[in-house]
Amino acid sequence: MTPYVPGDSPVHRCPPGRKILALVAAGTLLFAWPRLDLALAALAAAALLSRLAGIPVRLMLAQLRPLAWILAVLVLVQLALDGWQAGLLVAARLAALVLLAGLVTLTTRSADLIEALQGGLSWLRPLGVNPAKVGLAIALTLRFIPVLAAIAAEVREAQRARGLERSLVALTVPVVVRMLKMSDDIAAAIDARSYDPDRDSR
Amino acid sequence: MIEIRQVGHAFGERVVLRDLTLDLTERRIAVVGGNGSGKSTFARLLNGLLVPTRGEVRVDGLDTRRDGKAVRRKVGFVFQNPDNQIVLPVVAEDLAFGLKNLGLPKDEIARRTDEALRRYDLHALRDHPAHLLSGGQKQLLAIAGVLAMAPEVIVFDEPTTLLDLRNKRRVAEAIDGLPQRAVVVSHDLAFLEHFDRVLVFEDGRVAIDDRPSVALPAYVAMMS
Repeated sequence: MTPYVPGDSPVHRCPPGRKILALVAAGTLLFAWPRLDLALAALAAAALLSRLAGIPVRLMLAQLRPLAWILAVLVLVQLALDGWQAGLLVAARLAALVLLAGLVTLTTRSADLIEALQGGLSWLRPLGVNPAKVGLAIALTLRFIPVLAAIAAEVREAQRARGLERSLVALTVPVVVRMLKMSDDIAAAIDARSYDPDRDSR
Repeated sequence: MIEIRQVGHAFGERVVLRDLTLDLTERRIAVVGGNGSGKSTFARLLNGLLVPTRGEVRVDGLDTRRDGKAVRRKVGFVFQNPDNQIVLPVVAEDLAFGLKNLGLPKDEIARRTDEALRRYDLHALRDHPAHLLSGGQKQLLAIAGVLAMAPEVIVFDEPTTLLDLRNKRRVAEAIDGLPQRAVVVSHDLAFLEHFDRVLVFEDGRVAIDDRPSVALPAYVAMMS
């Protein structure tokens, strides 16, 4: 998960809603017009904006690390099928989008991001969508990704100690059981802190 | 005052609490008992997280069955595992979560968040991802999150169980220093010695209800 990097740059000060819209626009543009010059321009924009926001280069590159294998495979497949330009286009486009998305989360507090998303989803209320619930679901996802990763690591270690590291059942069942138990506790904790998803709509 | 009248609770066929009638008025009340004795279920009844299958629980006259939301504003709850209580990914954001739920204005949320962070030495970590805190810091954040909501009573369900000695001490000191009334479920008997009242649970009933100097040695004898 990408942590927020405090700062007072123009990128930090830009309203979260605008950042999300800009990200959506960039994604749409890059996929609607698959051109290498556009993809490279987006990549340069991501680098420029991250410098403007004072985000360390290693932190920006860390955004790409989880995608390194996928990027490598995509580039190799495109190289084999359509040549180097297509491979470069796919790599540059994906990297630019990941870096721009990373820049949004690195320069926006998650509470502000969720508030902006809730505001942006309010038009769906007549269709029965509760933006507050969507916002909380996103917040919980961000919060519990590292917790779930820690649980999975603990279970993997425990099963390795028992010589069961190759057993998918021995790995998944304890993780699922703990997650279910945890979800009960989290629901109780949210209740205990007076959460009311309908408060804003009243 | 918390009034418990002829309360029983069952999960399906399994009876967990039987016919409890108590008035909780003291400033510090401890709840002890063996595993499965019903103490955690009892704690959850006090702020309406669970409603009893028999009898009633009232907090200052409010029925937890009917007035659950109002009761939860009066009675805060700190869970055993802070990882399951911290809802938002960043320290200050999580602290503000409960305050936003109370519908407070933004400047009041900011003031109370700041105050609670400073009180527990978490101010320098305000923009820190919550999952990177130590176990003790997480529990202090959980306590701060409840405390900021200014409840009249705070219920703690084994708040020090998962902590090392140093963090246990920090959390115990934090609980000691609370201006609120507290009901604490714990296995840490030394921590409970200065409490006003101890309830010893056994098989869903209060087996002993007395001062710590009487109840704790009796509980130790009961468990040995």
